[in-house]
Amino acid sequence: MELVEAIVLSVLAASTPLLIAATGELVTERSGVLNLGVEGMMIVGAACGFAGAWLTGSIFMGALFGILAGTMMSLIFALMALGLAVNQVATGLALTILGVGLSGLVGAGFVGERITPAVHLSIPGLTDIPLVGRVLFGENAFVYVSIALVVAVWWFLYRTRAGLILRACGDNHVSAHALGYPVLRIRTFAVMFGGACAGLAGAYLPLAYTPFFIPGMTAGRGWIALALVVFSSWRPGRLVVGAYLFGAVTILQLHAQGWGVGIPSQFMSALPYLATIVVLVLLSRARSGGSTAPAALGTVFVPDR
Amino acid sequence: MQLVLEKRAERSGTIALVSPLIAVGLTIATMVILFAILGKNPLLALHAYFIAPLTDGYSLQEIAVKAAPLVMIAIGLSLCYLANAWNIGAEGQFLIGAVAGSWIAVRTQGTDAGAWVLPAMFVLAAAAGALYALIPAICKVKFGASEILTSLMLVYVADLLLDYLVRGPWRDPHGFNFPTTAEFDPVATVPLLIEGGRLHLGAIIALLVVAAAAILLGRTIKGFEIRVVGAAPRAARFGGFKADHLVILTFAVSGALAGLAGIIEVAGPVGHLQPGISPGYGFTAIIVAFLGRLNPLGILVAGLFLALTFIGGEQAQIAMKIPLDVTKVFQGVLLFYVLACDSLILYRFRLVFPNRQVARGTR
Repeated sequence: MELVEAIVLSVLAASTPLLIAATGELVTERSGVLNLGVEGMMIVGAACGFAGAWLTGSIFMGALFGILAGTMMSLIFALMALGLAVNQVATGLALTILGVGLSGLVGAGFVGERITPAVHLSIPGLTDIPLVGRVLFGENAFVYVSIALVVAVWWFLYRTRAGLILRACGDNHVSAHALGYPVLRIRTFAVMFGGACAGLAGAYLPLAYTPFFIPGMTAGRGWIALALVVFSSWRPGRLVVGAYLFGAVTILQLHAQGWGVGIPSQFMSALPYLATIVVLVLLSRARSGGSTAPAALGTVFVPDR
Repeated sequence: MQLVLEKRAERSGTIALVSPLIAVGLTIATMVILFAILGKNPLLALHAYFIAPLTDGYSLQEIAVKAAPLVMIAIGLSLCYLANAWNIGAEGQFLIGAVAGSWIAVRTQGTDAGAWVLPAMFVLAAAAGALYALIPAICKVKFGASEILTSLMLVYVADLLLDYLVRGPWRDPHGFNFPTTAEFDPVATVPLLIEGGRLHLGAIIALLVVAAAAILLGRTIKGFEIRVVGAAPRAARFGGFKADHLVILTFAVSGALAGLAGIIEVAGPVGHLQPGISPGYGFTAIIVAFLGRLNPLGILVAGLFLALTFIGGEQAQIAMKIPLDVTKVFQGVLLFYVLACDSLILYRFRLVFPNRQVARGTR
């Protein structure tokens, strides 16, 4: 049973950054913007998050630095893709290329340093409950934030007027504009939210997942988060399922080695990436009748006055 | 007061020509600020980046050596992008080409295999790159899966496969446990153009690829199809051009070129297969393709320019202790400015004063 508990705990730990980054991107895409720069925003968030925590000695400040860094990166994207109406695919790629460089530059001075990672919650009595105690009441703050975040986003999108307007921008920006809604402003906020989430997801890696920073530590998680949004059909509920499934695949490779499965570690490490491809193919195929993507996703909008 | 975009009646030809130059200028201005922030003398840094590499023969050769894979990959990518197919996994296709070609080199090591080895390595590498690129292309055409994500995921898979091979079955038994194959035999090595220099046959192959692409795009129906499908998909459908076929074709060509670039890099400057054979060629080539305006000659110039930044970056690191990551920042910033300046071809900026607009509201 301890093994099951350990697996569940490590799956949650591996899923959390995917869930946070994908939730942010889901809001961005729901507003009609395809920001492919998640990986770039995440990796800058990781470097700045670690730098912030190391300099201030506080995990909370580190997370804040990560959020700010991700948001700043997303503003560059917003300026280009919304302000200058540049192709969103190309801009997103540019953001990732820039992010990898910036992260290396910021993080170079911190390679080899260690911090005390985020503490795990411990409530006497509750955390000690066998089986579920550690899983439910013994996580670090990031895990609870990720769940609160996805619930809040669900509520915002489907239960508030602002959420309805945001979805309208993503489905038909011309109509939303005609009704008098400031499409570009709404999209800018959605992009910034996505950036903040990506920054936080990146910061999670050196602040809670490992207690140190290494260049390129996001290892494609930003791209997997993008695939998860497709997997979820742009719905927060399915996003949770998807993120935990992917976390499980990631963990499978670690445990497989522990169990002495005679497969080279590199093949197991390739699993999450291969799973992403398989999932994309299966889902896109199942949906061949009609796409569930926001109708205006990725399209340029220049308001005519 | 508000800055707004206004669509031009037609593309601005003048700006289309000068926009890459504006972008380079703006990037250099940004770099001056970055150097100043890093506490380095900007003038000396710019000299190390852009002038010093051009002043000695060894660096000039090195620029051509770095430019060759960039140009080859970017030419392939430009065909994809012109046809509106987003191959961003060239890095993976490059690695798979390197792996496939190396297989022959590893298998024939120490045997008396003849001159056929290198050509066979080239053919196998190009075929492997093409097949690898066909995975995302077919997933897109048959199932509608995003080629952006699938081609990118395959980069990580290729990276892990290479890692496995050089740590496991292909590891050099005399290599002190380093993850690398043994040095390739002379018959499996790309010949040098200058005795004792660095410049190798890859540079000539890159030039041939540029020429072939220029002919394909400028003089053939296929090239015309590619451009129409990308620029005006509806018109292309009326014209009977099949976008799906072009996705497959451009991905295959692009993958083949990336794979070929991969084996040339391994059998040329590197000399053996090991992890880290690419300093991100597949991703930098995306910048090269855009900076070169998806035009073969433009790509040649852009490839040389980005190769200059690689070499200049190394020199700046040695001479002024400027971190190597500055080069990556430089390349990212450059891509942003290129894209931003392209916006000026289609739009013009105008300042709008909201109160005046109310007055004109009834127009």
